[in-house]
Amino acid sequence: MSDTALLQVRGLGKRFGGFVALEAIDLVVLPGERVGLIGPNGSGKSTLVNCLCGTLRHELGTVRFEGRDLAGLKAHERTRLGLARSFQLPRPFGSLTVAENVLVPILYAVQARGHHTAETDARCAELLGMVGLADKSRKLPRDLTQIEMRKLELARAMASEPRLLIADEAMAGLSHGEVDDILALLIRMNEGGVTVIMIEHIMRAVLHFSQRLVVLVAGRKIADGNPQEVVRNPEVERAYLGE
Amino acid sequence: MRTARFLPLILLVAALVFGVARAIDNSYVFFAGYVVLQYIVLAIAWNILGGYTGYVNFGTPAFLAIGAYASVALYKIVPLPIPLLMLIGGVLSGIVGLGTGYLTLRLRGAFFSIATLALSVVVQTLVTNWDFVGGSRGAYIIRPMAAPLIGGGYIDYLCLLMLLLVVLSVVIARAIEHSKLGYGFATIRDDEAAAEASGVPTLRLKLMATTLSGALMGMAGAPLPYYVTYLDPASGFSLTYAVNAIAMPLIGGTASWIGPILGAVILGTVQQLVTVTISSAANLLIVGLILVGFVIVAPNGIVGLVRGWRR
Amino acid sequence: MDISLDLLGNALISGVLLGGFYAAVTIGITISFGMLDVVNIAHPAFIILGSYIAYIANASLGVDPVIASIVVAPAFYLLGAAIYQVYYLAFERRGDQALQGLAFFFGLLFITEVTLVLVFGVDYRLVEAPYIGPSLRLGPIELPGRLLVPCLVALAMVGALHVFTSRTFIGRAILAVAQDQLALRLMAADPVRIKRIAFGLSIATASVAGAVLIIIQPVEPSIGRDYIGRVFAICVMGGLGSFGGTLAAAMILGIVESLTATFYGPSWTPAVAFGFLLITLAIRPSGLFGRT
Repeated sequence: MSDTALLQVRGLGKRFGGFVALEAIDLVVLPGERVGLIGPNGSGKSTLVNCLCGTLRHELGTVRFEGRDLAGLKAHERTRLGLARSFQLPRPFGSLTVAENVLVPILYAVQARGHHTAETDARCAELLGMVGLADKSRKLPRDLTQIEMRKLELARAMASEPRLLIADEAMAGLSHGEVDDILALLIRMNEGGVTVIMIEHIMRAVLHFSQRLVVLVAGRKIADGNPQEVVRNPEVERAYLGE
Repeated sequence: MRTARFLPLILLVAALVFGVARAIDNSYVFFAGYVVLQYIVLAIAWNILGGYTGYVNFGTPAFLAIGAYASVALYKIVPLPIPLLMLIGGVLSGIVGLGTGYLTLRLRGAFFSIATLALSVVVQTLVTNWDFVGGSRGAYIIRPMAAPLIGGGYIDYLCLLMLLLVVLSVVIARAIEHSKLGYGFATIRDDEAAAEASGVPTLRLKLMATTLSGALMGMAGAPLPYYVTYLDPASGFSLTYAVNAIAMPLIGGTASWIGPILGAVILGTVQQLVTVTISSAANLLIVGLILVGFVIVAPNGIVGLVRGWRR
Repeated sequence: MDISLDLLGNALISGVLLGGFYAAVTIGITISFGMLDVVNIAHPAFIILGSYIAYIANASLGVDPVIASIVVAPAFYLLGAAIYQVYYLAFERRGDQALQGLAFFFGLLFITEVTLVLVFGVDYRLVEAPYIGPSLRLGPIELPGRLLVPCLVALAMVGALHVFTSRTFIGRAILAVAQDQLALRLMAADPVRIKRIAFGLSIATASVAGAVLIIIQPVEPSIGRDYIGRVFAICVMGGLGSFGGTLAAAMILGIVESLTATFYGPSWTPAVAFGFLLITLAIRPSGLFGRT
């Protein structure tokens, strides 16, 4: 395993009672990479994300981020270390404005003793501008459209200034043009130095985005490599029969 | 408005209120006033945890009683000035709040609420079995004749202290609302998992809220024995405190410190009227009905309704 | 402390019988909180309501309290269904109303208790029945009738509920809705209707639980509050949605409380349940018998 890996997952396993959700997952992500993670529904993708981010505790295996073992660290501590995620179904803070939603990670994840200042306001504006929500900064999340909520979700994840961003199905249910929108956003983030793991079902987006493709089926990793080759792997084809 | 500017303003208002009360040469004003002020503190304190973070505390009587019975116990050993008793009551209740929180706040909010319900019963059991503070028979406190510092009746003095506690509570609540801590609390209420993912140390903040809320309630309870002069578990742990501490912020509005004050004044007045004109039991029934009614029809309280009309 | 085996034995027996009774009291919460995730803290108040109805039937008509409670149970069922409907429309459907939902049930608890005070006053009430008083002697073991009958009734009720949920469609649907609402919808069953039925059932159990309560001890309106800690402690210890777990946890609590009462005095018993609750929450929140 490489010493310069950003994320190093070794033998990760997770059970829910008798049900094995994840088994022996190995994964290495290098800085600056664009990794795609695909798999049928129920294959364990979201469970994996939750284990990496600390929302769920896994019984087996280790997760190292920038060489540091994450065992025992809570979700907010991992975010502060630079591991961020966006949620599959957007989970904005409903009683805060769009700008305030983005302010929270700036105050809590980036600065240990952060305070609300003109500087943080400027940073909020910058982040909202990046996703195209600058003119909605004073609105409440319930007044946003679907794609705007997705963008807010990504802006909030970016606000914590992550080294690694896990985008969990950020494009689900969006139109063709909206998918391109989000895709461009993620690529721009990556070009800005953020390593991205994209979890998606929309194949054209995943293939366009990923430098490397990982496939999860029934809790196990069955493929990991060049996207074009992985897609032609017979086991992967079988998993997606009918998809 | 920054706290530095708000503080003298509210102290001025408090001084005015107290001055007017003194001018009306009727001791009933202070007797009734103490109760209302106490409820304002309880409502604001409850709201810091319940309204801001969304964790519902049903055990207000326990925290109030800890302050009250600490005063009773100390009265029997060595009489201390009330401000010191308030400090002690606050510290003790704060510790209990911290402890309860530490054991239950890592789980869902419902478990915390259930634990606070049970806490009330348990603290009451402990006090009832503690003969030193009178057990189930209750304890008598002799109220000093004259008020220190300001002269006049002792009740005036208790009211003044309670008024200052109100000022303290409002300043704290307001400072939280406009601070980074306020944002943190709001994210816990809105979506705790998303809050964690955004870097908010949710457990630590929840413990802060629980401790602070409990401490303020304990401080409100410390002078109580001197007000009632006879304290027994039945009245100290009265369900009225539990329901009012929840009803007042919910009716007034939980989003800001104004709501609990509004709810306390309105509901407090209604209760006084009903108790005097009908009966105290009917009063409780009406409070319960109002609570249920409001919670169904106006879940964000009066402040929420007003904000809704404005938009 | 002189521990005579006799005293210990009787305390244990009482504890087991008490445990059966506690199961009856808790089973409603097992359904509403354990399976439906509705934090009905007003449940003990409905039990007390059941006690008073049993008292009226017994005092004025001479009817056996348990029989009376079974007759009245359908009315309790309807009450429960109505309450759930309001709860669903006002809170569950709106989503982020956990605080208001809790306050709603707290208000109901309060209203029920205060109404009972207004109607009946704060005096203790009790019922008369031929089995209260005499004891069944099996060798050295003494089984007081006032504990034995409630325990048997309780076990019968839990057994009936178990059969209902495992053998009938609606019963299985209730178990299903506890686990996966989406799957239930795909089975063309309306989750809201199923939950309404389940909640109605949980309140119906309160009727019977109330009758057995007033057989065991005299009742006055504020007693409900002593039981809040107990029922949730048992429900959590038992793994939330499990009937078997509830029964086992109830037994354990009954025995520990009985031993505490015998050797330390009855005024300490409310603390036992709370202690159990805190310990369970701190160490193993999924309960002794729940899944991790």
